[in-house]
Amino acid sequence: MDDLTNEQIINILDDATRLLPVAKGELYLPLLQGRILGNLFFEPSTRTRMSFETAMKRLGGNVVNLGDVKNSSVVKGETLFDTIQMVDGYTDIIAMRHPRQGAAQYAQDSARVPIMNGGDGAGHHPTQTMLDLFTIRQAHGTLEGLKVVLAGDLRYGRTVHSLSHALTRFGSELVFASPKLLKMPEEIVSDLREHGASVVETEDLLGSINDADVVYMTRIQKERFADEDEYARCAGAYKLHADHLSEVKSEMIIMHPLPRVDEIHASVDSTRHACYFNQAFNGVVARMALICYLLGVTVPADVESEGGAF
Amino acid sequence: MSNEHSMRRVTAIRNGTVIDHIPSGQALRVLEMLGIGGKSSVPVSLVMNVPSKKMGAKDIIKVEDRELTQTELDRLALVAPDAHVAIIRAYSVAEKLTINLGSEVSNVVRCTFSNCITTNHREPLPHRLKVISRAPLHIRCHYCGRPQDLDELIKNVL
Repeated sequence: MDDLTNEQIINILDDATRLLPVAKGELYLPLLQGRILGNLFFEPSTRTRMSFETAMKRLGGNVVNLGDVKNSSVVKGETLFDTIQMVDGYTDIIAMRHPRQGAAQYAQDSARVPIMNGGDGAGHHPTQTMLDLFTIRQAHGTLEGLKVVLAGDLRYGRTVHSLSHALTRFGSELVFASPKLLKMPEEIVSDLREHGASVVETEDLLGSINDADVVYMTRIQKERFADEDEYARCAGAYKLHADHLSEVKSEMIIMHPLPRVDEIHASVDSTRHACYFNQAFNGVVARMALICYLLGVTVPADVESEGGAF
Repeated sequence: MSNEHSMRRVTAIRNGTVIDHIPSGQALRVLEMLGIGGKSSVPVSLVMNVPSKKMGAKDIIKVEDRELTQTELDRLALVAPDAHVAIIRAYSVAEKLTINLGSEVSNVVRCTFSNCITTNHREPLPHRLKVISRAPLHIRCHYCGRPQDLDELIKNVL
């Protein structure tokens, strides 16, 4: 995200808004006809890989996949450098996920085509951030001056790290609600404060949601705790039930990068606040806009008149 | 003067390079980074932990019959950023050099983060670290973006 200015981010989000009917399949707009996306997922991923693929195909483009790493040249010991050189020749743009942090930057240094980072180790996950920003802006009409509560595993969750940085750039007020063990890393908090962020750290999630505009939940993994009891004691306070929402702002949205386990009770799904499935869908439209931007393809101002019906 | 006194611990050299004001205890690492060890045939004198007005204590290295280049010296920026370097010809100082820390430190040390892409030795990549700020010295890996602990970092000399 550091590669983009705030203005560029807003432009991409505007493009994404116009592309919504195309993402939903209501319009056919083959802006990327003849272009090929290379999906290089060195780690398993369902949502991210599929949404890149859907984004490309909705715009008339094609996709080639690395496939299962176990059956690829990676197993034979091919370096990432060599894999990138090869796929760089086959495709117009690459989406990748890699277990090692910094892999996307390394790939970009040696590639001719744009690289989209779909997650590298505990590092960045900028396309997730883009779709999160899109979802927040869609609900509130702005990214500025919102109060955003990020809850759950803030220590290991890469989505919350990238998102906090991005929201800070747009002047949001941040509340980090987590068990002590899973607090936002100190260096990130101090980094955010240096960039002028207003950050409150708390262990009290339910006490923080009533004046929030966004509540961003994440999954707390059992493996992070010493034993089952410790997990139950800590994680219990980071679960949302519809009963907790009686006093919240009416336009407040609840987000989650998914998959969820039990941090958001099914009773929340039918409330007006539940936004996580829409958020997952937005992964497609945000990636459509990002691919167009990176390939220098202009999204028409009037998508409706340019697009054809099926 | 303590400085003059410490300089007299080893004899003056006729030709070569004197590196002064090395932080106390770092002289061996400096030699390692310059690739000057037991196998090189030039005479090397080094004093460690001598009193210094400026630094409290410091190390000094004298390398005979070899003039270090600016590029070689810049490799020392992380270990001995304030070292003073003198090129000696016929017993007198012919040139004075300082060590420059650029905006990037390339192929000198390896990122300290265990899951960084740079830990895969088979990848043909340059080891690049970005200098974010000079005082205090703040360095991040070009690839993984992790801030680097300087004490750990200088153990990772390539």
